[in-house]
Amino acid sequence: VTGTHHPLTLHFKKSGLPKMAELGAGSLLLGDPAFNYQEHELNERLKRLYPAVNEDETPLPRSWSPKDKYSYIGLSQNNLRVHYKGHGKNHKDAASVRATHPIPAACGIYYFEVKIVSKGLDFLSSLLPLSPILGWDKHSYGYHGDDGHSFCSSGTGQPYGPTFTTGDVIGCCVNLINNTCFYTKNGISLGVAFTDLPPNLYPTVGLQTPGEIVDANFGQQPFVFDIEDYMSEWRAKIHGMIARFPIGERLGEWQAVLQNMVSTYLVHHGYCATATAFARATETLIQEDQTSIKNRQRIQKLVLAGRVGEAIEATQHLYPGLLEHNPNLLFMLKCRQFVEMVNGTDSEVRCFSVRSPKSQDSYPGSPSLSPRHGATNPNLHSAGADSPTCSNGVTPPNKNKSHNKYPGISSASSSSSSSPSSVNYSESNSTDSTKSQPHSGTSNQEETSDSEMEIEAEHYTNGVAENPSARIMNGTYKHQEILQAQDISLEDSCASRQLCGGNQAATERMIQFGRELQGLNEQLCREYGKNVTHKKMLQDAFSLLAYSDPWNCPVGQQLDPMQRENICSALNSAILESQNLPKQPPLMLALGQATECVQLMARVRSGSCSFARVDNFLH
Amino acid sequence: TKCVHLSPVSLSEVTATSRHYVDRLFDPDPQKVLQGVIDMKNAVIGNNKQKANLIVLGAVPRLLYLLQQGSSSSELRAECAVVLGSLAMGTENNIKSLVDCHIIPALLQGLLCPDLIFIEACLRCLRTVFISPVTPVQLLYTDPTVIPHLMSLLCRSQRTQEYITQIFSHCCKTPEHQTVLFNHGAIQNIAPLLISPSYKVRMQALKCFSVLAYENTQVSMTLVNVLVDEELLSQVFVRMMQRDQPIDMQLTAAKCLTYMCRAGAIRTDDSCIVLKTLPCLVRMCSKERLLEERVEGAETLAYLMEPDVELQRIASVTDHLVAMLADYFKYPSSVSAITDIKRLDHDLKHAHELRQAAFKLYASLGSNDEDIRKKITETENMMDRIVSGLSESSVKVRLAAVRCLHSLSRSVQQLRTSFHDHAVWKPLMKLLQNAPDEVLVMASSTLCNLLLEFSPSKEPILESGVIELLCSLTQSDSPALRVNGIWALMNMAFQADQKVKGEIVRALGTEQLFRLLSDPDSNVLMKTLGLLRNLLSTRPHIDQVMSSHGKQIMQAVTLILEGEHSIEVKEQTLCILANIADGNTAKELIMTNDDILQKIKYYMAHSNVKLQLAATFCISNLIWNEEDGSQERQDKLRELGFVDILHKLTQASDPNLCDRSDTATHTSLPLSFSFSLHKTDAHKHAHCVVGY
Repeated sequence: VTGTHHPLTLHFKKSGLPKMAELGAGSLLLGDPAFNYQEHELNERLKRLYPAVNEDETPLPRSWSPKDKYSYIGLSQNNLRVHYKGHGKNHKDAASVRATHPIPAACGIYYFEVKIVSKGLDFLSSLLPLSPILGWDKHSYGYHGDDGHSFCSSGTGQPYGPTFTTGDVIGCCVNLINNTCFYTKNGISLGVAFTDLPPNLYPTVGLQTPGEIVDANFGQQPFVFDIEDYMSEWRAKIHGMIARFPIGERLGEWQAVLQNMVSTYLVHHGYCATATAFARATETLIQEDQTSIKNRQRIQKLVLAGRVGEAIEATQHLYPGLLEHNPNLLFMLKCRQFVEMVNGTDSEVRCFSVRSPKSQDSYPGSPSLSPRHGATNPNLHSAGADSPTCSNGVTPPNKNKSHNKYPGISSASSSSSSSPSSVNYSESNSTDSTKSQPHSGTSNQEETSDSEMEIEAEHYTNGVAENPSARIMNGTYKHQEILQAQDISLEDSCASRQLCGGNQAATERMIQFGRELQGLNEQLCREYGKNVTHKKMLQDAFSLLAYSDPWNCPVGQQLDPMQRENICSALNSAILESQNLPKQPPLMLALGQATECVQLMARVRSGSCSFARVDNFLH
Repeated sequence: TKCVHLSPVSLSEVTATSRHYVDRLFDPDPQKVLQGVIDMKNAVIGNNKQKANLIVLGAVPRLLYLLQQGSSSSELRAECAVVLGSLAMGTENNIKSLVDCHIIPALLQGLLCPDLIFIEACLRCLRTVFISPVTPVQLLYTDPTVIPHLMSLLCRSQRTQEYITQIFSHCCKTPEHQTVLFNHGAIQNIAPLLISPSYKVRMQALKCFSVLAYENTQVSMTLVNVLVDEELLSQVFVRMMQRDQPIDMQLTAAKCLTYMCRAGAIRTDDSCIVLKTLPCLVRMCSKERLLEERVEGAETLAYLMEPDVELQRIASVTDHLVAMLADYFKYPSSVSAITDIKRLDHDLKHAHELRQAAFKLYASLGSNDEDIRKKITETENMMDRIVSGLSESSVKVRLAAVRCLHSLSRSVQQLRTSFHDHAVWKPLMKLLQNAPDEVLVMASSTLCNLLLEFSPSKEPILESGVIELLCSLTQSDSPALRVNGIWALMNMAFQADQKVKGEIVRALGTEQLFRLLSDPDSNVLMKTLGLLRNLLSTRPHIDQVMSSHGKQIMQAVTLILEGEHSIEVKEQTLCILANIADGNTAKELIMTNDDILQKIKYYMAHSNVKLQLAATFCISNLIWNEEDGSQERQDKLRELGFVDILHKLTQASDPNLCDRSDTATHTSLPLSFSFSLHKTDAHKHAHCVVGY
């Protein structure tokens, strides 16, 4: 990007390299368990210290560079130990080596240490722990061991700190937020040495006396100086700065924006009753009409319940032409439908079943059906970025890798006690006063209000209700035909899982459906050309049949109800788009923008980005 | 009947409405009284005038009566305590009036009631009263049942925890208070509060520990072994010092660890001191901190490292501390003076405190290490700042400045250079004219060092007529001042010319000199002997002093040698005899005194080598064969059996002593050489003691 990665041109004699240095240069010694352990330690520590650094873009220094060094320098011990092998007669014999990479700005605060193993025959001449790309000795910044002076760019040193010698551990901390640097000696901060530092500095060490040996610690070992404590101060500072950001006269304006964000978010995901209640409380207006929201909500609910076939039908009924114009989406839905047939949840197989298959409660371990926010917005988080926040604040026990890819979002309504799905679900109950129905006598709820607590309690009662299905079906929907009363039952999710609910006819239907799906894929291939994603999707789905227990097989993850959220969200967005409504709620856009901005800060070398991570503000 | 409490405030100021509030407290209907108290509560909040009015009108005794009355409803009693608490929030005069009405025993009595709300209201009021500087803290300790009861209330609620710990931390002012609280289980009861979910409780508990541990070995030693939630207390304090914690918490936690360290409970090389407490205190001195925090930080740091040179060395390189402290002298800054009156006021208020704190810290930093002293004196305008600090109006600043100067005066190099260049002796002399004892001790101590032989300031100080001043110090009631006075005179007499010595003897007066030789303070005695020894050096001086004061000196020497004194004192006395023996005419005072000769003989056979050596020096000087009459003296001493002893000593194990006695027995020429060396040694000895 900035041309900063050109190697330096130095008088560099390859033949002068000692054997050890060559050995340590690559990724050798992999078989050494101690080395692997150290490597693991290093990765862990670097990840903890510099969570904002994207090492694909800006790798962290991990060792000295065998390429960028003077010939008088020898490297050993995985390129961490530096020794001097020149004459050491005068200043011209000084030699230095720099680290493999410059310090990324996204570190915010960067730190490394050097231990003086041997001060050499004479005395330790110099240590130049920092140098930018431009020059080697020019434009470098250093702290010298023999006189304790600090050197900046040119030759004349300034009195800075104490001298140092064999056994001392010297550290160097670069603050990329205010562009200053300080050194430490044996864990004690010596105070600011330089201000107005340029970007892209390399950790560097310089030696001048025969026998001098120094060991670097880029995070391989715990540091002597408590750098994490120093970081915590800056994190607190930056968080304070954000919290106290002056908004002046615009307080009212901000409030309106925030209300709008919450409202649109609720509407987007179809939390109709909550959105209405919120609009009433804040005296705001909802753009989309109630029916439209409810329609979307119902379709989403069907998908999340695993009843994809019905969802497709409903979509075709309510939004004719939508799926026809989105063949990819349709294919995805059908694939999912196939998976749900295996699962025994889709209505196409469920109607064969003696025992009603599971629906809502087939979400083991996760009482909430919160949509997977942002899954359709790849911009939100770059690949590999790990944001361990679970959307509902509830970590499902069957949490797997894909969950980690959740963008760290939690809306106001996503605490575990008021998960959006439960609101969603009970909303249909309360608005339709199902509780007054005789069938709902099993429910102990006496209140008719739709307060969250009550809703939640009711949601949980479902699992043990004797015949709670009545509550769901009772005239909730305008399109009664979408949901068949007899189709829904709320079995305990722990009931034994069998292919297609264990029904022979259902299995046959499933296989037939699989053939149809195969046909659809071929048809799409003919029309639009080969689609790798489709092929993979289809393969994965069909692979389920290869195992006697699809739920406990390598591809069994597909059966996880959590997997429905992706497709649900995609379908919802497609519907909204077809209605000329934004396919993303503004809240998600704002979040995406903030995340992007922080990443941009790293690229323009604004160090504070490391302590202003969006994740830190989402709980 | 109404119990009107009259006070100097004129009744005309009292408004009718205030009277109405008080009148309602006397209503026969308890319900109306309750309403009256509630209305009064609402009326006094934030209204100091109203508070004063109600106090003048006698609301306090009535409220106390209602509060103590068993027939009052618990609600009424609690409301009364709330109103009293509100009245206490006013001016200091309000507090005084409340204390005069015996509010403290009444509220303490109230704590026995089981009702938590009432207890909390009482504690809140007590807290407000006790944290005021006008309340005598002793009132907390008058009833011995109070402290244990307060301890038992700690478990009741977060509020009781906060108020009680706050009361403790404000009322623990003496070692006796510390002991009372300690004996009633303060540590076990308060330690768990350090991890309370409430910040206020954590903070007050922490403050409690800082006052409990201050200069208290017993408390500190107990604290290091306390576990809070399976974590050592020192580690809890370390966590509280983390940089993202509130500054107040970091600072107070650092104080706790500092006090524990100074009390010997934590080693000075423990990583929690070196890597955590010390850096935390240095951070507190930075420009980013509030002025109050900087003062406290510097003072605590000075205290932490005072006895430990290694900590001084570490601090001197931490975060440019020495340069950072220079900023303490820049208040009020010129910018603030022009632009911001409020800030100027704030700066002015803290300027003295900042300066004295910086001087204290410099004094502590430079008390041992020569390099650090150099670094300090090289700090911008440092010597000028000390010089002007010596004449500041604030005693605290003067004391700190002279302490700093004293610390730096231990450096030979600084005495020779910066001290002379800046003529520090001038303000120092001025300071000595009229100062409190505390300042005098430090100033005279510094003067001792300035009077050292190699100090270029010695001459001008002598000329300024310092002798009289020092002689007057030797008559002080304070042993420290007597020591410093005589010490300075001793330094002054070292290798001085006859005129100065004569002046010292004249000004001090023999009577005073001999009074000092029987001083109960052994330090005074040592330095007086040192002075005598310095007066009795070089032959003409010895003879002159001995001819005029020989009799008294011999008497004093005899007395000391016979008395119960330390080895050092006796050694010094024998050295004086050795010097007398070196005189031409003075020798005879010993030779004719058989009693003294017997004593010298006794000490030559003493079990302590130092005393043997000193006595042998004396004999050597007597028998030195280059001088007139040496033969007679040798004969006499032989008669007295000294030769046998000398022979025995040649077989002695101590090489120094062996050598000395060997030369003495042969009485050959090389002997004189070793004697002149000895004399220098003895003087060196006298002067080496100086300086600290």
